Amino acid sequence: MTVLLDLQVVADQLRGAVPESVPRVDTWAVIVDAGHLVEAVRFLAGSALDLSFLASLTAVDRESHFELVYHLQSLDRNHLLTLKTIAEDHETPCVPSLTGEYRGAHLQEREVFDLMGIRFEGHPDLRRMFLWDGFPGYPLRKDFLGMPGTLSAGLPGFPHESGENRWPVPGSTPVIPQS
Amino acid sequence: MSAWLLAAWYDLRDLSGISREITEWVASWGPEWLASAVSGAIGAIGILAVIGPTLMILIWTERKVIARLQVRYGPNRVGPRGLLQPVADAVKLILKEELVPRAADKWLFFLPPVLVFIPALLVWGVLPFGPHMQVADLNVGVLFLLAVSGTNVLAVFIAGWASNNKYALFGAMRVIAMTISYEIAMVLALLTVVFLTGTMSINGIVLWQQQEDLILIVLLPMTALTFLLGATAELNRTPMDIAEAESEIVAGYHTEYSGMRFGLFYAVELANTLVMSAFMATFFLGGWWLWGLDAWVPSWIILLVKTSLVYFVFIWLRGTLPRLRIDQLMTFCWKLLVPAGLLFVAIAAVERTLLLEYAWDRTIALPVMAVINAAVTVAVIGAYARVTGAGAHRAPAGPRMARGRLGGLRAARQLAQAPSGSD
Amino acid sequence: MAIETPKRVHSEPVVVNIGPQHPSTHGVFRLKATLDGEIVQDVDMLIGYLHRSMEKLAEERTFTQNIPFTDRIDYLAAMSNNLSYCLAVEKLAGIEVPLRGQWLRVLFAELQRIASHAMANGTFVNDCGAWQTPLMYMFREREKILDLFEMTCGARLTTNYMRIGGVAFDPPLELWPALCSLLDEMPDRLEEYAALTVDNEIVLARSKGVGVVSAEAALNASLSGPLLRGSGVPWDLRKADPYCVYDQLDFDIPVGRDGDCYDRFRVRLEEVRQSVRILNQVVERIPGGPWQAEVPLHLRPAAGEAYARIESPRGELGFYVVSDGGPTPWRFHCRAPSLINLSALKEMTVGRSLADAIVTLGSIDIVVGEIDR
Repeated sequence: MTVLLDLQVVADQLRGAVPESVPRVDTWAVIVDAGHLVEAVRFLAGSALDLSFLASLTAVDRESHFELVYHLQSLDRNHLLTLKTIAEDHETPCVPSLTGEYRGAHLQEREVFDLMGIRFEGHPDLRRMFLWDGFPGYPLRKDFLGMPGTLSAGLPGFPHESGENRWPVPGSTPVIPQS
Repeated sequence: MSAWLLAAWYDLRDLSGISREITEWVASWGPEWLASAVSGAIGAIGILAVIGPTLMILIWTERKVIARLQVRYGPNRVGPRGLLQPVADAVKLILKEELVPRAADKWLFFLPPVLVFIPALLVWGVLPFGPHMQVADLNVGVLFLLAVSGTNVLAVFIAGWASNNKYALFGAMRVIAMTISYEIAMVLALLTVVFLTGTMSINGIVLWQQQEDLILIVLLPMTALTFLLGATAELNRTPMDIAEAESEIVAGYHTEYSGMRFGLFYAVELANTLVMSAFMATFFLGGWWLWGLDAWVPSWIILLVKTSLVYFVFIWLRGTLPRLRIDQLMTFCWKLLVPAGLLFVAIAAVERTLLLEYAWDRTIALPVMAVINAAVTVAVIGAYARVTGAGAHRAPAGPRMARGRLGGLRAARQLAQAPSGSD
Repeated sequence: MAIETPKRVHSEPVVVNIGPQHPSTHGVFRLKATLDGEIVQDVDMLIGYLHRSMEKLAEERTFTQNIPFTDRIDYLAAMSNNLSYCLAVEKLAGIEVPLRGQWLRVLFAELQRIASHAMANGTFVNDCGAWQTPLMYMFREREKILDLFEMTCGARLTTNYMRIGGVAFDPPLELWPALCSLLDEMPDRLEEYAALTVDNEIVLARSKGVGVVSAEAALNASLSGPLLRGSGVPWDLRKADPYCVYDQLDFDIPVGRDGDCYDRFRVRLEEVRQSVRILNQVVERIPGGPWQAEVPLHLRPAAGEAYARIESPRGELGFYVVSDGGPTPWRFHCRAPSLINLSALKEMTVGRSLADAIVTLGSIDIVVGEIDR
């Protein structure tokens, strides 16, 4: 069974080895400073923690900032760590690339760049991957095609949940406005 | 059998009687050239009339046999047992739009589908369907066969070049490289046959087999194998279909051809396969002759049966084997087929000398030679397999079982060093 | 007489676009190969022809509504994708799946693995140049498995069978005899298939030593599934991080020797055998009871995040789902093994011939729906 590493312990070790990465801990992950991400990861991969397998790399739009989520795995010791870093600037976010540490980050960073618009500093071949070069905007951002006050991401709630008809009832005749 | 049936023009066993009657009739009043022309025309019409329907049946046969090899039914919707499927295919192909790429060389692009047809039809002229059923019994028939069937490459190369498509060009280059190589192997194979039989006339080779009461595949197994493989390569059939390797270069030289132009390429491929099967049957399986049976059964039916047999082998190969890479094909040709071909040319020369100059008793000498040749064949192929590392002694080891050793690099190293990891 | 040294023949590399429409790209996948003659000098993937923006679409739909999307991500292993996503949401919402539901999940995930590997191995030998025969042989069994799917959930390819908190239906009673007869004939069929391909001289010549990737490179490139195991790394999430009831099942992890295409092929073949082994145990031991947990109709997992992964036929298939407490996921990310397995494509193909590149691509077993999503 894969063990989820004790975040506080890892954060303490990181603080000892790479103090400038300012490791913090939330419920799920260790959060490090974006500027020293590469050093932190190098330490995590090289130390006894042996987190040498980048299982997954993705990003989450938190509206005010971006969260980069790395799932690091040690195969030999069979434990998993969720590492996060924050890209503060929501307009032109930029974090260092992990391609130097993990070849596997190559395509995943390109994917994140393509869909989220996060620049990875030091990525050797940062191009759009799924979308074409002239595509306007980054679709996985929450404000993509968003219009102030009218549309927002996600559903406001389930239909019929609070008694009122948010969505038309199946089978009911739609009311066509008379001109 | 009544005497009145024998050698009459309506004798079914020898259809050349009709042609002879007409030619003689023309010669009785007309000039000599007219008689020759009429004779040739009858042969040509006869062959064309045979090939067309045969191709239709062949398409159906090939699809059906392949389907049976692949545990499926094959065409069974159009006509009884799907027999009309080729007609439906042809109608579809004729009705389809024939695209010409904008960047293609227009004039050259039109040529190849026609050009490939010419050699495919010409070689039929020297094929003996019976003792007299041959359009032209050339005394250099073997040479004619090689020369004419070799020109196919030219048309294919034109097709690849004119399409202005990289896949097509790759296909064309591969065809050139491969055909030239395998042509040599094939020439050597036929040279062996010619050495032994002492004639270049194709009918002569059949007659030799009849006279010696022996089919050549028994005497020259390696040569027959070389011819079969050379023919496979020349025909671009699996396992040597690198010229139109579907999984690599889409369709090779005829990638850009659509509609009936593609249909022509396809038909020629089948026609060539048929004619090569027929020549294989003629050279190595005794052609129209079958130990006296040809006196009772029409000789052309005997040839047809033998041809079908070889054709089935071609289909079988196609249905079973994957494709070799071009360098592996070249290696196979230049390191096995060509040296072995040379060896057998020498062997055939020696055997011919023994038979002819020293007048060895054929009833003893021929079986002995057959055994020796078979032994040499086995030795040559065995040696090749050993040198290239192919064969049963290189049985590949299957995967190891992790057996609870789970992990990353460290576990991988441990597993690799584990003594009996194969179980 | 002076002998003139011949001038170097001027040559330049040819750029060939393999795809987007090509028989061996198994979908709309474009590989831009720079060739020197037949030798590959450089490859570049140009993908996205099948991009359907699933991750964005999923943010507009409720957690349950997203299950059908996962079918379409990897359409050759829909069950596995359903499973992985449901596991992630269950983790997020803290839902416990009843025992029969878990066993049924294992049952269908393993059937799906056999079906997917059948496809992968069949098309791999096809890419080696066989004229459809091995594919057709493998399709016999795949058809029967798809029939079982159809019996259970009415669909063959995009099954939409798993639900958050279990599975949608208990399989009909007719499934079990059909499944047993399939399992009975599977060993023979596999034997037949192996006889056709495993010792085939041409398959060996085409795939042995081709597309080699070392264990170190495989790990660094985040490869997973049969690719990683083919390179000799004994890593399988069914053992390493057991989900459902895999920890109660007895099976083995096949591991390759050299990391070449042939090893991957053999690993897949052996995995099918192991899956048959698992299925036999499932048939024997599956308990009764409910197959679906009580899940609130208006499922609003508490704000948080979950990453669940399974060993799909193609490798580590993970779903990273973030909830903000609303009815829809805030973020829905699929860790697609097909895409990440392509990370090592360059070093596997460069320096070898085009034909080898095709075989290598075939051995990676990509599903373009999963690459592009």
